[in-house]
Amino acid sequence: METRVLELRRNVLNKNDELARNLRARFQQAELLVLNLVSSPGTGKTEFLKKTLTALREHGLRVAALVGDLETDNDAHRLMESGAPVRQITTHGCCHLDAGMIERHLEGWALEDLDILFIENVGNLVCPSNYDLGEAVRVALLSVTEGEDKPLKYPGIFNSADVAVITKMDIAEACEFDREVAEANIHEVRPGMTIFAVSAKRGVGMEEWLAFLLELQSPQSRYVMAIADAGRRAVIS
Amino acid sequence: MHELSIIYSVVSTVTKAVADQGGGQVISVRLRVGALAGVERDSLLFGYDLATQGTPLAGSVLEIEDVPVRIYCSSCACEQTLVGVQSFRCPVCGRPSGDFRSGRELAIESVEIETPQSEQAPC
Ligand SMILES: Nc1nc2c(ncn2[C@@H]2O[C@H](COP(=O)(O)OP(=O)(O)OP(=O)(O)O)[C@@H](O)[C@H]2O)c(=O)[nH]1
Ligand SMILES: [Mg+2]
Ligand SMILES: [Zn+2]
Repeated sequence: METRVLELRRNVLNKNDELARNLRARFQQAELLVLNLVSSPGTGKTEFLKKTLTALREHGLRVAALVGDLETDNDAHRLMESGAPVRQITTHGCCHLDAGMIERHLEGWALEDLDILFIENVGNLVCPSNYDLGEAVRVALLSVTEGEDKPLKYPGIFNSADVAVITKMDIAEACEFDREVAEANIHEVRPGMTIFAVSAKRGVGMEEWLAFLLELQSPQSRYVMAIADAGRRAVIS
Repeated sequence: MHELSIIYSVVSTVTKAVADQGGGQVISVRLRVGALAGVERDSLLFGYDLATQGTPLAGSVLEIEDVPVRIYCSSCACEQTLVGVQSFRCPVCGRPSGDFRSGRELAIESVEIETPQSEQAPC
């Protein structure tokens, strides 16, 4: 029996990567800042995003959101209360969003008429880390009820993120949450990452987060450009 | 867990690549999986036989090469290999580094195929 070896050297998710590259190019072309929010189920992504959309609209920014959910459109309805255009992506059991879903759900939206697009990923700390959605900034959220060591248990996703947000700070004391330990753990798996600590419910810490977004959104933002130019996770070396 | 969808992507990429090369039975598929790829080695192996049934990959062996995380340490001015993924500190000087050089790989490295016997009749 004769055998031969084909050297492929191709990313397993090369289709997703290619779609994501196209999306990223479209977003850059439209000067649209795109953020991808990832966390465990129930960390507070929807609550945080609803408050963020509402506040940015008050600042006069044109914002929109795509929200992934396994089966329901509850989150989409909550986000719509902000007044921003929102589209639901029902994944029917799929544990993450992929670039194809994003592309399909953007159809009909004039991207150049938007300033910031948020994508709320499906609540899951493993799978979304592999799927580039063409975003410029990936935001990993962690609530005070989840334990300070979450980043050590799920280093892949925290490491893939650009910014971390600690949520539900209003109940930190009741949970005996140690913010310093949590931040140290985040920095163990992602040295130097920017961290915000907020209570979306009470509006605490939101000012800093919003200022950060406004800064990112400015055309001069080197930070976003650097990330966007490098693309995410160029995997094959 | 999305190991199954990962395997389906492998199947479709390999099937196409093999067909482009004139076909043949697949003997083995070699994957490179980074320590930060978020994919379980055991789940990949577990799902592989089932997911490849009825495809040109049926009966083939999945070989997984684990790729450790490598960081660049600016104090030591060199790349360092990390033993785990719980801490991104230089194993030599202990300084944290966010400059990752490997560890996110999820790639099909190579495919071994059985080439059909050449048509020349034995004398
Ligand atoms: N105390 C407190 N509760 C919060 C806060 N933010 C969200 N919650 C509550 O936490 C629960 C989950 O919040 P969601 O915003 O739905 O969380 P999610 O991450 O979008 O959840 P999934 O989309 O299902 O993954 C709800 O009961 C919220 O009311 C907060 O700042 N403080
Ligand atoms: Mg939600
Ligand atoms: Zn060092």
